[in-house]
Amino acid sequence: MTNILEMRGITKTFPGVKALSEVTLEVNRGEVHAICGENGAGKSTLMKVLSGVYGHGTYEGDIVFEDEVVEFKDITDSEAKGIVIIHQELALSPYLSIAENIFLNNEVKGRGGLIDWNKTNHEAQTLLHRVGLRDNPTTKIMNIGVGKQQLVEIAKALSKRVKLLILDEPTAALNDEDSDHLLDLILHLKEQGITSIIISHKLNEIKKIADTVTVIRDGKSIETIAKADVSEERIIKDMVGRDLEHRYPEHTPNIGEELLRVEDWTAHHPQDTSRVMVDNVNITVSAGEIVGIAGLMGAGRTEFAMSLFGQTYGSRISGKVFKRGKEIKTRTVSEAIDNGIAYATEDRKTYGLNLIEDIKRNISMASLGKLEKYGLVHDNEEFKVANEYRTSMNIKAPNVLVKTGKLSGGNQQKVVLSKWIYSDPDVLILDEPTRGIDVGAKYEIYTIINRLASEGKGVIVISSELPELLGICDRIYALSEGRITGELPIDEATPEAVLKLMTMEKPR
Amino acid sequence: MSDPNAPLQTETRVEGGNVNPIQNKFTDRLSHILSDLGKNGIFIALIIVVVLFSFLTDGILLRPQNISNLIVQNGYILVLAIGMVMVIIAGHIDLSVGSVAAFVGACSGLFAVTWGMPWWLAVILSLAIGAAVGVWQGFWIAYVGIPAFIVTLAGMLIFRGLALVVLGNANIGSFPTEYRALGNGFVNGIFGESDPDIFTLGIGALAIVALIVQQLRTRRGRQKYGQEVEPIVWFITKLVLVSVAIGFFTYALASYKGIPVTLIILAVLVMVYGVIMNRSVFGRHIYAIGGNRHAAELSGIKTRRVDFWLFVNMGFLAALAGLIFTARLNLAGPKAGDGFELEAISAAFIGGAAVQGGVGTIGGAIIGGLIIGVLNNGMSIMGIGIEWQQAVKGLVLLLAVAFDVYNKRRSGGQ
Repeated sequence: MTNILEMRGITKTFPGVKALSEVTLEVNRGEVHAICGENGAGKSTLMKVLSGVYGHGTYEGDIVFEDEVVEFKDITDSEAKGIVIIHQELALSPYLSIAENIFLNNEVKGRGGLIDWNKTNHEAQTLLHRVGLRDNPTTKIMNIGVGKQQLVEIAKALSKRVKLLILDEPTAALNDEDSDHLLDLILHLKEQGITSIIISHKLNEIKKIADTVTVIRDGKSIETIAKADVSEERIIKDMVGRDLEHRYPEHTPNIGEELLRVEDWTAHHPQDTSRVMVDNVNITVSAGEIVGIAGLMGAGRTEFAMSLFGQTYGSRISGKVFKRGKEIKTRTVSEAIDNGIAYATEDRKTYGLNLIEDIKRNISMASLGKLEKYGLVHDNEEFKVANEYRTSMNIKAPNVLVKTGKLSGGNQQKVVLSKWIYSDPDVLILDEPTRGIDVGAKYEIYTIINRLASEGKGVIVISSELPELLGICDRIYALSEGRITGELPIDEATPEAVLKLMTMEKPR
Repeated sequence: MSDPNAPLQTETRVEGGNVNPIQNKFTDRLSHILSDLGKNGIFIALIIVVVLFSFLTDGILLRPQNISNLIVQNGYILVLAIGMVMVIIAGHIDLSVGSVAAFVGACSGLFAVTWGMPWWLAVILSLAIGAAVGVWQGFWIAYVGIPAFIVTLAGMLIFRGLALVVLGNANIGSFPTEYRALGNGFVNGIFGESDPDIFTLGIGALAIVALIVQQLRTRRGRQKYGQEVEPIVWFITKLVLVSVAIGFFTYALASYKGIPVTLIILAVLVMVYGVIMNRSVFGRHIYAIGGNRHAAELSGIKTRRVDFWLFVNMGFLAALAGLIFTARLNLAGPKAGDGFELEAISAAFIGGAAVQGGVGTIGGAIIGGLIIGVLNNGMSIMGIGIEWQQAVKGLVLLLAVAFDVYNKRRSGGQ
């Protein structure tokens, strides 16, 4: 078999992080090639290099496509060659129709350079048939589900005469049925001669469709495995690279009195106020304890945390909060902060940081009151405080006047944590504290979490990575459809047991 | 971290390296000066505009009388620019300030002339009306959640209309002398008549001393906390340059009529609002909201309250600008304040405020306003018609913002 693509010695550096180092990838013509790796291993970065999102010149190494060295300046260049990437976050315009989206920036023109709508819709219909959709091409994107939207993206790729289709975690947001359909479609396209690269860390789906698997870890290509040799154990070993034991720092719990107790916490959807999003949640956290909340996407983890933290999510919120046995209110963010609760959001760029402002001002943002005298902020004291955190949290930046937008994900997260630690909370709720940061920085974040616990704070960690929760927590709650479906001390928490609770459905 | 077994410190970088220390010091200084020039680009732009027009006008621009005029003619725009840049930093806009200024000017005419109130009562009432207008607009923006663009567009129509109602289709004129001093008055001769005026020179000297003391204190404070400070040579050079500029400026004022009352008002505003934006918690909150509203909210900042007070403040400053303008013309008329909002917004943007919010300074807005003022004044002296003045000002606004955008892109901020 000949190869359609070869990437040689690809190295890509961001300020402060080497995202890819000497990565090699070889893809055979007409195969489905899976790329595996942990979050932050560099899979998406590699695909962005390939598709020209990071143009030629911003990385080192060569890309050979169809026996020709290519230098894509941007995504239009790669699409002209037949390489199409479908990103994790779908890039469809919700208010336009399916057909308009398929031919966006590639419009079907008739006489006089005007758009020929009949032809557009007709061709869209043909493409939709190819991906197994029966919807009317004039339907607006916002009126079809995520699964179908994914298929529309593929139809769009087909319209560009795709030779190499790249799918970045295509099934992450899909239910099982939609996932199966999508995977079948990829196999079907393979029969038509379209090569696919699929990024995924769902091992069962990789086993189902991939002909070859390349594993990436810490920005390096570890090995490429042919279908016959693929086994879950081997992939996991390649992905993790070392024993699970050493991925999490040592933690000896020293659990004290109960710090926070939440009783019968219920919150409804902010717009659809009859829809229950958080359903009678009861949890407790003690001093020095790390408590995990496990749940699938949409289980209501963030909704619970944000409704608790100053009612920043939801409507018709009810329930009681006790701190050290005394009832407290958390109706506004400042009330929650004053009562010693901190919440570090899962989306640090949108909700956590002021990216155009420096490290110093981000750290002080939630606690300006501590630096204030007669309404004025003590600048120099602020500088000193920020510097202390830069050292103690190991924030890698030349000084605290660096804008947080220029830091790597791990360092941004350390700034967010510094902000909340400086607000001197008793209980910290950390929502996906290691999302999108590299492995080394993850370890540091875990160490910080341990340190907080050993200082007698209560830490609640919300995470979609089960191994992470199992690795760092003392106790785990499972959340499903807004309800707590169970609670396991760490020595009883096996992946199977937690997963079972996480997927437990409401009795109907 | 302290854990010696911590794996994978992939991000560690070697900084500094083994560069020759002397060269290092030199490049350090140079980079300081360059970054300072970058930061003060707008200041340099002002100097260029001033130099350019003093040539084009054969030096008329820098004559004592004209310098005094520059301040008096642009005072109300500068007052508006202060409030406007704060609104813009928070990510809003205010299109109503011109109409509010006209409305308040009309009210003050009603109070001081038609009803014959004492001038000070008329002034206080007028400022209160401005603040009340701010309360009205702030309510819709902050608590109802209607975009400021819409609320103030409506305000632009509402208060222009109300101004006409108050005026009853006529001009109100001949204000009391004390009232007129807001726009036309000068302070001089307190130590007896002299030319140049000793009092004015004294104030200038005082300003220079105050500046030097303040700068030294800031520098010492920073050093005490181990913060990096600029090289002493560059620090002194800058102080000398600024002192000379202040000296020249006050000498010019002293040789004409003394210190304009408008300038005193402005100086007080710049100092007060400068401190608010730089040092106060409220100011920090404004920047935080403009930089990332969600993050600010989730950090416990009461964003609605900040928005509300920003517009109250803007209403107050619009009222003050209206008073100064009315006092200067000695007339409250239906056309007053026409286009003020656009000049104030231009001033803020020329002065480096970002369209998305989060970035901007009071000083920048003042300098932006002065650039517009010098352009207006210089072109008028040259006899260029109002039509070309408009076109040139538009072009300057566009280029200033384009330059800013280019600069930011180059420095890697997206």
